[in-house]
Amino acid sequence: MKKTLKIVVLAKQVPDTRNVGKDAMKADGTVNRAALPAIFNPEDLNALEQALVLKDMFPGSEVTLLTMGPGRAAEIIREAMFRGADGGVLLSDRKFAGSDTLATSYALSRAILKLNPDIIVAGRQAIDGDTAQVGPQVAEKLGWPQITYAEEIVGTEGDELIIKRRLEHGVETVACPLPLLMTVNASAPDCRPRHAKRVMKYKYAKTASEAQEASTDYDDTLRKERPYLNITEWSVADVDADDAQLGLAGSPTKVKKIENVVFAAKEAKRLSASDSDIDSLMKELIASHTLG
Amino acid sequence: MNNVFVYCEIESGKVADVSLELLTKGRVLANTLGCNLEALAIGHNLDGIEKELAPYGADVVHVADAPELAPFRTLPHAAIICGLFKEEKPQIALFGASPVGRDLAPRVSSALHSGLTADCTSLEIGDHTDAKSGTTYTNLLYQIRPAFGGNIIATIINPDHRPQMATVREGVMKKEVAKTPGKGIVKKIDASKYLNDTDFVVRIIDRQIEERKINIKSAPVIVAGGYGMGSKENFAILHELAEVLGGEVGASRAAVDAGMTDHARQVGQTGVTVRPKLYIACGISGQIQHTAGMDGSSMVISINTDPNAPINKIADYAIVGDVMEVVPKMIKYYKQNSK
Repeated sequence: MKKTLKIVVLAKQVPDTRNVGKDAMKADGTVNRAALPAIFNPEDLNALEQALVLKDMFPGSEVTLLTMGPGRAAEIIREAMFRGADGGVLLSDRKFAGSDTLATSYALSRAILKLNPDIIVAGRQAIDGDTAQVGPQVAEKLGWPQITYAEEIVGTEGDELIIKRRLEHGVETVACPLPLLMTVNASAPDCRPRHAKRVMKYKYAKTASEAQEASTDYDDTLRKERPYLNITEWSVADVDADDAQLGLAGSPTKVKKIENVVFAAKEAKRLSASDSDIDSLMKELIASHTLG
Repeated sequence: MNNVFVYCEIESGKVADVSLELLTKGRVLANTLGCNLEALAIGHNLDGIEKELAPYGADVVHVADAPELAPFRTLPHAAIICGLFKEEKPQIALFGASPVGRDLAPRVSSALHSGLTADCTSLEIGDHTDAKSGTTYTNLLYQIRPAFGGNIIATIINPDHRPQMATVREGVMKKEVAKTPGKGIVKKIDASKYLNDTDFVVRIIDRQIEERKINIKSAPVIVAGGYGMGSKENFAILHELAEVLGGEVGASRAAVDAGMTDHARQVGQTGVTVRPKLYIACGISGQIQHTAGMDGSSMVISINTDPNAPINKIADYAIVGDVMEVVPKMIKYYKQNSK
């Protein structure tokens, strides 16, 4: 086993679909994305923690967060740096728009080849799609083994990493040499919080595009003096990806139709909590053999 | 060639319910398409497995049987499936949206560049005309699934790539013995021609599988609690009602996320899909994420302090009141008046 590891965390900025409020749907029935806050995908935070655990086990290792998304996704790279990541890469290009999981996995795998890590840690799935496909698909693209539903890195045994996995009805402990890709479950430990000193250190970290938008002399000087404040931003050309495998054209799956969910209106019989209402309901349920 | 395939999950010599549910659905799809339904069983000690699969309509059962193929490991199973699919060229391949299926299917779809839709709630056959090119495709698999936290329902197709792959959660499709059983012809797979040493790089050191303790799927009555229950302690009253009525306790994602009860009890899009005779929703607001997993219930009673809770839109009876007040009354009446 190497003394230090190059660790890549795959993460995604997602709309917070768990907190869909009343204003989340527009009057015409379409999703109002603006009303949904963009958050660090929850299981990707569990993944970041496992990467930081690895860094604790192998001091001197380097944790890099890799995300694909629009410019504002750099927010989760900064968040990861506040919590312990050494840096990040934003993969951003209009050509990625409309990519399904397979095209996304291809794009990510191109960036990973350039980063050349020893291990990849990803969240099991993102809450906006809940597919859990990107981790295994990236592993396949790289020809690496995958350890899904990881809950704990138990330790090492020779050249192998020992990982505990959560299955539907139990646990499994596996051993696997590097390189490997692991996806981490929500049942794994929560991510450590932001570290005050790291927040001070990295709060001005920006991608080149962000720096361009909000350029001040102070900012520009700071970034020249402290190279760690420059968040790497890569386009399709930077990772030498094949356009034909990206975006809508590179996606085998196509969306044929989107329907907004509208409840079929049905009139519920209204009852109160009074003894007589409850008793007559129960009487009815027993009489109709719904109960008993 | 060009048949419908179902990957069958086998745990401790038993075929998983989700696989039998997929065979039931696969049979319907194969009948519509006029093709065969073929099952794929990979594991060890699988003699006679076809007798379990044929009643659900499997015409052919492909069997790869070797000690190193059980328990399940991703790489060897994926290598066998990819090898077989390259030869058999299925038009449709279905996997359970179980931990095994959700681990395996993306790996296979990536290797075959075939496209995959996760967690479908409905599968249908239909046509499609591409608006741009004007090309018409016939007999595509419509893969229908909720997205965006259940707020939209998307129909996904794979026009140009085969197999059309989809995963489906346990309990979403019905498990039904076919009217005419399949022939269940066994075709032994020579697994060695698809496998390399590198496929066995992951070693299983320890495995502890618990028998499924909580089984809310087959309960005739489900008493489910939501975030409105307020605490883990308050769930006790739901357990009492469920026990009296001969049912099970379910929960919404919000209640499970808040640590009020076990994940195995979660009903909804990311939990279990249930169709009980009676569903009693206690302190559940009725987000689509939840109702997607219970709107097939024969009867729904909601108990909620909010008269405008969305759950009331799909409820047969909406009791406006406090769960902690209403449920004890139900228990009391039932105890006194049932035989």
